[in-house]
Amino acid sequence: MIDRRDFLKGCLACSVTAASVGVVGKNAFAAGSFEGYPDAMGVLVDLTRCVGCRSCEAACNNEQKLPDPDLPFDDKSVFLEQRRTTPKAYTVVNKYEVADKDTLFRKIQCNHCNEPACLTSCFVNAYTKTKEGAVIYNSKVCVGCRNCMIACPFNIPAYSYSSPTNPLIKKCIFCYDTRVKYGRPPACVEICPQQVMTFGRRSDLIEMGHERIKNDPAKYVNKLYGEKEVGGTSWMYLSSVDLDKVGLDNHMQKEPIISNVKDFLGMVPMVLSIWPALFTGIHLLSTKNKGEHGDHDHKEGDQQ
Amino acid sequence: MKQYLKRNPNTQIVNSLRTDNDRGHRWTLMEKLLMGLTPQQYLAQAVSNPLNWLFAIVFAVGIPVIIGRFIFGLEWATGGPQSNAWGLFLGFGLFGMVPLSSSGFQMGSAVEVFGRHDMEPLERLGILNGILGYFFAVVFLMVDLGQPWRLPYPMVVSWGPASVLFLVAWHVATYLSVQAAEMSTSFFEWMGWPAGRTVIKKMALGLAVAGIILSTLHQGALGALSSYAPGKIHPLWYSASFQWLYFFVSSLPGGLCMVIVVSTIVIKTMAWRCDDNFKLNLDKLHISLAKGASMGLITYFVIRMIGVAHDNKWAYLATGWGVWWMFEIGFGVILSLFLLTTGVRKNNITLIRMGAWTTILGVILNRLNVYLITFNWKHGEIEIPPLREFMITITIYCIYIATYRFILYRWPVLFRWKTQYSEYAVLEATPAAIPADVAAVAGLEACPVGK
Repeated sequence: MIDRRDFLKGCLACSVTAASVGVVGKNAFAAGSFEGYPDAMGVLVDLTRCVGCRSCEAACNNEQKLPDPDLPFDDKSVFLEQRRTTPKAYTVVNKYEVADKDTLFRKIQCNHCNEPACLTSCFVNAYTKTKEGAVIYNSKVCVGCRNCMIACPFNIPAYSYSSPTNPLIKKCIFCYDTRVKYGRPPACVEICPQQVMTFGRRSDLIEMGHERIKNDPAKYVNKLYGEKEVGGTSWMYLSSVDLDKVGLDNHMQKEPIISNVKDFLGMVPMVLSIWPALFTGIHLLSTKNKGEHGDHDHKEGDQQ
Repeated sequence: MKQYLKRNPNTQIVNSLRTDNDRGHRWTLMEKLLMGLTPQQYLAQAVSNPLNWLFAIVFAVGIPVIIGRFIFGLEWATGGPQSNAWGLFLGFGLFGMVPLSSSGFQMGSAVEVFGRHDMEPLERLGILNGILGYFFAVVFLMVDLGQPWRLPYPMVVSWGPASVLFLVAWHVATYLSVQAAEMSTSFFEWMGWPAGRTVIKKMALGLAVAGIILSTLHQGALGALSSYAPGKIHPLWYSASFQWLYFFVSSLPGGLCMVIVVSTIVIKTMAWRCDDNFKLNLDKLHISLAKGASMGLITYFVIRMIGVAHDNKWAYLATGWGVWWMFEIGFGVILSLFLLTTGVRKNNITLIRMGAWTTILGVILNRLNVYLITFNWKHGEIEIPPLREFMITITIYCIYIATYRFILYRWPVLFRWKTQYSEYAVLEATPAAIPADVAAVAGLEACPVGK
């Protein structure tokens, strides 16, 4: 199967070599969009269960060998403001006061998109979506342009700006190296005392999510966030309130982010193939009765 | 220099390969670098120029800050923004300077492709403006990249060809080479290497067409880059379908108006360096450029409106952001259009020059709005870059101006080399390449090929 990403790669590779454009284009458009790897793993997050204990933050810090936090992990004063991921914290829990409902907490980390914007925007291909579903990062090739930070619809990648010689992107990698690769759940999932998170095959989790909504429609809003958003994400959310109220954009586009630049990238090989003949033709037409090309040196001499 | 020449009107400035109006010995490289002045004279003119004092202050403060950025890291320089990852270096330095540098391909193609040889007095200035703009955009990028020493990675180490930035990197690199080739004619003339000039002249059409291709794509690509951030850029500045067109189309008047602005500054501050061909044709050429810029602006205005209509975003106009959007369009597009078209109709060069200024300010404002000001508009606050970021930006921009001036003072950009091309003629491919008056002086018959 040729997915869209490969198509675009093919398209651009063609444009660089300016070869066999039409054939690749036709096949790829027929192929449609990439639905994700069939056996990709994921996590179903049930926001109604989270109590904001922050043990997932501590587990992540320990597993990824991150520096000690500024405030200890049992300090609840961090909930006074909305936090985001940083080079020192790949996951953070935020508190959301929702009117006439209970207080809700939401853990923020990389959602491991099926077609990640960070991956498709990276000009050195530093990101990889593994068949297990993790979006991992190769620090060896990263130039530090930070386009992935611009592109990520969830504002996840953080940059270690403070390092003068080796600043890098820091983000959740789904504990790929140490756990998910071997079929074990990530550290945050395993430690959670409330079973907020369920680790499993993404396709199973989608069923499970809808099942839970069906079994208790009064408890949940009828939405499995992440099933469709930006082409689908490995981490998905169930909530008792509208997801806008817990900091998730409920109007997120359903198409992967790369579809926004698809039209432009598709045009590239056309410009490369059509412009030379077009403008050389215009040149011939517009200088038809003006003598030869070398004429302008003559004219310029005239004016001096 | 202007003041100095006013006081010493008989100074001989290098304007040909040889001294004494090309009758004496060949100028040495050092003499050419000093423009024919003695070191004492050169110093005297430099000291008498107030701009140099301004530069001295800026560099004394700013260059240590630039060095500090590499010693202490980006966080020290820019505060290390996690959510607004691109700041002034890219927002102004790359996204602002590249559209204003589209002059290179436009002037090149006007002359070489469309046969508008009347544009020639401004052709080299347009190309120089182009190459310097791109070059310094890359300098800004080098300051902004976390690991600038890895800049060649997208070319040689690891390819990410599905990325728009990959296209930008390749095209800007290729286009810099194309412009360097185009610009090298004046360099070869200055150095007295006619063979190089001859080779490039033969490639002129190919280079110009390559310039059109590369510029269409990467000017558009700079807009397409923002299509990656649909939820972050305010909807009035965002359109998935038209973003690349906004950027490409606005770069056209941006580049043309930059030529108007630069040549206006040149004629006011270094008229001594311009030849009569430049001086006498400038007003007429400004009118021609203003016509082109007006067409670009009206097209840009229409597609911006279509963009709002296409996604039905009219309701946003009633918000605070809407007012800011209307200011951008009103000042940068409608006012510019009014000034330029009125100037053209009434032959009023002052209006045209004012219109050129508002156009380029409008283009820069648009780029800042997309990548800085409205970026993460939902967060509610506009991130003001820290002081050191401003200092570095201003310093690099001053280095840009100083380099620009250095070249304009020396290379035959604003003037034509007075060297009688007799020694070039031996190497020139066609007799047509010899200027007619030179040919006449030399007693040759001017016989352009094809007539």
